[in-house]
Amino acid sequence: MTAMQPIRAKRFHADARVTMSHGGGGRATSELIASVFAPHFANPLLEQGHDAARLDRPAGRIVVSTDGHVISPLFFPGGDIGSLAVHGTLNDVAMGGAQPIALTAAFVIEEGFPLADLERIAASMGEAARRAGVPIATGDTKVVERGKGDGVFITTTGIGVVPDGVEIGPDRLAAGQAILLSGTLGDHGVAIMSQRQGLEFETTITSDSAALHHMVADMVAAVPGIALLRDPTRGGLSSTLNELVEGTRLGVLIEEAAIPVKGEVASACELLGLDPLHIANEGKLVCICEEADAQTLLAIMRTHGEGTDAARIGTVTAEEPGFVRMTTAIGGTRIVDWLSGEQLPRIC
Amino acid sequence: MKYVEEFRDRALAEKLSAAIRAEADPARSYNFMEFCGGHTHAIFRYGVQDLVPGNVHFVHGPGCPVCILPIRRLDDAIELAERHGVILCSYGDMLRVPGSKRRSLLSVKAQGADVRMVYSTLDALDIARKNPDRQVVFLGIGFETTTPPTALAIRQAADEGLTNFSVFCNHVLTPAAIRHILDAPDIDPEEAVHLDGFLGPSHVSTVIGSRPYEFLSETYRKPVVIAGFEPLDVLQSVLMLIRQVNEGRVEVENQYARVVTREGNTKAQDLVDEIFELRPAFEWRGLGMVARSALAIRPAYAPFDAEARFDLSEKTSREVKSCECPAILRGVKKPKDCKLFGNVCTPDNPMGSCMVSSEGSCAAYWTYRRAETLAEMAKDKAMAEQAA
Ligand code: SF4
Repeated sequence: MTAMQPIRAKRFHADARVTMSHGGGGRATSELIASVFAPHFANPLLEQGHDAARLDRPAGRIVVSTDGHVISPLFFPGGDIGSLAVHGTLNDVAMGGAQPIALTAAFVIEEGFPLADLERIAASMGEAARRAGVPIATGDTKVVERGKGDGVFITTTGIGVVPDGVEIGPDRLAAGQAILLSGTLGDHGVAIMSQRQGLEFETTITSDSAALHHMVADMVAAVPGIALLRDPTRGGLSSTLNELVEGTRLGVLIEEAAIPVKGEVASACELLGLDPLHIANEGKLVCICEEADAQTLLAIMRTHGEGTDAARIGTVTAEEPGFVRMTTAIGGTRIVDWLSGEQLPRIC
Repeated sequence: MKYVEEFRDRALAEKLSAAIRAEADPARSYNFMEFCGGHTHAIFRYGVQDLVPGNVHFVHGPGCPVCILPIRRLDDAIELAERHGVILCSYGDMLRVPGSKRRSLLSVKAQGADVRMVYSTLDALDIARKNPDRQVVFLGIGFETTTPPTALAIRQAADEGLTNFSVFCNHVLTPAAIRHILDAPDIDPEEAVHLDGFLGPSHVSTVIGSRPYEFLSETYRKPVVIAGFEPLDVLQSVLMLIRQVNEGRVEVENQYARVVTREGNTKAQDLVDEIFELRPAFEWRGLGMVARSALAIRPAYAPFDAEARFDLSEKTSREVKSCECPAILRGVKKPKDCKLFGNVCTPDNPMGSCMVSSEGSCAAYWTYRRAETLAEMAKDKAMAEQAA
């Protein structure tokens, strides 16, 4: 890993692009880091200037999580790959009930990528990390030949600490527990789709991309006995719930009418033949807890901007083990299945 | 989820359900075929079965354009992309359907063929404009609903003088297929599905109107209700069909009057008529050759007809043995009657078209009623073993 210590910031021309030499490890690499990343990521850990960042050893148990981010388009309403790479990993750490203490970031950049766009991404990452209160401690940049990448790929790793007494995990699930959802489904997926080539549609929907660890900190402090937290990202709520019960002696029953979905997201899904339950989210969490704690947790979630629309959507059951079932809006029942393959819009 | 609320209102659904229970005669059964996959999908997605009594049966018809495309035509599309090197543009849900040797458009794309998913015929036209040195073929499939956009693309290509755009036309007609299903028992008594009425395809009728279904009541003495796709539309239509049956009436009624008229959209009909003509016969997966059931591009527009422009080889294309899609598409069998259901054949590893399309019957049973279906299959198997 290359430490991101600035050697000398350089002003790049507005139309400048990433070249292979920016990834060569020489002066150009240092200049790129000094000019594009360092000003936005600045923090004491980064300023240590070593190949590896030294962190003080915190009390509690360590959680670590890593995630590669490859998305198209790179910029979308409500965010971009930079903020997403920060939020995504912070949320993965937070879903263990942990508070993140540092992030690392590795960039794979395609030759020819506009430096101005790279800077925009770096600025948004820096801003996201600052807002979250989690420093980007170290990082790496590599450049691949034109045609061998898709603009920019970012891999982030997050390190966090779980407070003692918090034992979040799938083994804690039991029949009778309540299932809570922190807000509306499908906002991120629909915002992305509205920008997809060939599918562009007008919408005021913006991605829900957000860091959830502050909300989680309050939730865990009030109810250390939370059984499980999950963020329903790719594959949506349906995949998250199926993952939990598949092959177990438990099932899940959710209530369609209780699941919050914005009107505009619903209409877009209707038009494209997609199911909001299958669509990706980047700033939502599913919380499974004892029935007695459900109202407390909902009230806490609702005090946070990310949890205003929090709702109780269902129950863990002992019936129909292995399946996620739903009472539909009209009072029928059905299975909620995994998303299979990709979501492909229907024809008629 | 709170949207399109008026058509998914639980209290209204319960009222309709109660009316159906009150009016359905417990001494008989009601078999209604929903021709259209859109209805099949709505029924399963909302669990409409749970709101009707056990003696009201939904018989799923062949109305999914992806499911009924014969495997040979799909192989032709693959050949266009592979051997003729065209940019093949297709709607998304066609991409995963297995052709011969279980190859799909998606799998040949992975091997380097230029297959592109489009969301409208206009996207395909755009690709043609941007790639003047490549031939671009749009894979036209669908019932009367998707035909006008295809016609529009051809006319626009003609107006612009595009020389690198054509359509591989597989557009089919619903009334001919329904007639074929009703005639089948005369040809083969094994094929007898008793039907008490039809839920008519509503999107199709927004284009062609309700009139083309009048032969069903006049000649075949079957009640028809043109039904919208919302779950409450389906429930209300079932109630209307039950009333017709109980009162001995045989009519074409229109539940979807908020959109459908008897005459339909005559402008769209004229456009379709200008560009397309009837094929004497066309093969449907499951139904075999069906007379006057599909459209071809008129000779006047031959330059935009991929079948005229490219030389497609004669090929033998075979369905996966023991896939029951054909019988399922005719309403003779149900997915649980297929030995491959759920073990060999799933949406992630589909053997037949019924499992691929989101509107196919096998996919609907797998996705929304898997638990019940697998339990029934196990019961049927145990009974068969006991009998033997
Ligand atoms: S389950 Fe699969 S193999 Fe069987 S009929 Fe359906 S699609 Fe064909």
